[in-house]
Amino acid sequence: MSEVAAETQVKQKGKTKKMSTRVDFTPMVDLGFLLITFFMLATSMSKPQTMEIAMPSKEKISEEEQTKIKASRAVTILLGKDNKVFYYEGTRENDIDPVLNQTDFSPNGMRQFLIKKNYDIMVKVRELKATKEAKKLSDEQFEKQKMEIISDKKAPIILIKGTDDSNYKNLIDALDEMAICNIGRYAIVDITPFDLELLAKVK
Amino acid sequence: MPKVKIKRKSTAVDMTAMCDVAFLLLTFFMLTSNFIQKEPVVVNTPSSISEIKIPDRNIISILVDGKGKVFFGIDGQENRVQLLTKMGEAYNVAFTPAELKEFSLVNKFGVPINLMKSYLALKSEERDLPQNALGIPCDSLDNQFKNWVSLAKGINKEYRIAIKADQATTYPVIKKLMGSLQEINENRYNLLTSLKTVADYQ
Repeated sequence: MSEVAAETQVKQKGKTKKMSTRVDFTPMVDLGFLLITFFMLATSMSKPQTMEIAMPSKEKISEEEQTKIKASRAVTILLGKDNKVFYYEGTRENDIDPVLNQTDFSPNGMRQFLIKKNYDIMVKVRELKATKEAKKLSDEQFEKQKMEIISDKKAPIILIKGTDDSNYKNLIDALDEMAICNIGRYAIVDITPFDLELLAKVK
Repeated sequence: MPKVKIKRKSTAVDMTAMCDVAFLLLTFFMLTSNFIQKEPVVVNTPSSISEIKIPDRNIISILVDGKGKVFFGIDGQENRVQLLTKMGEAYNVAFTPAELKEFSLVNKFGVPINLMKSYLALKSEERDLPQNALGIPCDSLDNQFKNWVSLAKGINKEYRIAIKADQATTYPVIKKLMGSLQEINENRYNLLTSLKTVADYQ
């Protein structure tokens, strides 16, 4: 702008001077940065993370199916009030109730138990990960072999049951623990009267 | 007498280069951007270690706020029109073309179907007010949520279900939702979470 003004002054003095072809870019830069600011504020750069879960279909969960799970392999996790977690192994046998343990979702809580329970498989997965990092396995092969390892017949089966006092975060935390501990077989199921009975004893 | 002219150096800087940079960045942002979509309620998702990204298209998004109100939305404007028409037929509510047009612009909504007409008549700023965001009923008596999902699935088989729930949502609400989805045999779905940092879980 200032340049243009200066030039008109020169003209008035009668001296003929070639008009400069230079254009002042300042307003255009202003506009450019204004638009950049807008786009930066209005965009979401990162997509949200997601957990994929597959629930058992309605027909399959029958009383029969649930008792089919070998008691020795079954671990039941009960999500309680105030982020508390309870777990027990097996089920009632010969009128002896399983021991209900209380823990939480801190790294030293639920996870220690699951790691102990699933130790062999975790070691195998870790080895597999090491071979993958040494570039000996493609992603697909890794996923396939990992699936084979975690669906091992001896692996524990986890049943996640939420009480009415628990919240969504507890559920996600529980699912997270399953992923961390490489547990292949787990299900979210409804709480049974037996579980409530056990819980009532603790309180 | 020749006047000695001391040429003053101009303070004007050449803006061309800066302009180039600005527009280069602008182009980058325009091409990579996907706009933040307006959501009727603020939801604080729990964090998880999962690193799977959600696909961009063909999503049935279900939003659950901390109080247990359920919101629903699908992408694709034509599909939205089809969905509302079908839903209207199922509940005997006739929608005018203007209302269908209006509905195709609604990203996520949370109203019972009988109040849908008055909801669509509202201005878009008024829709998210607490008294207007009622949530979709999903009780066993009146499970409109289940119908929305199954009709949406009927329109496009490719739709994936993504549930975004607040971390404070109580378990009975989640159980009700999962139960409704189970009834219509939708057993695979995604739960949206935010990323947990490594320090959080080690």
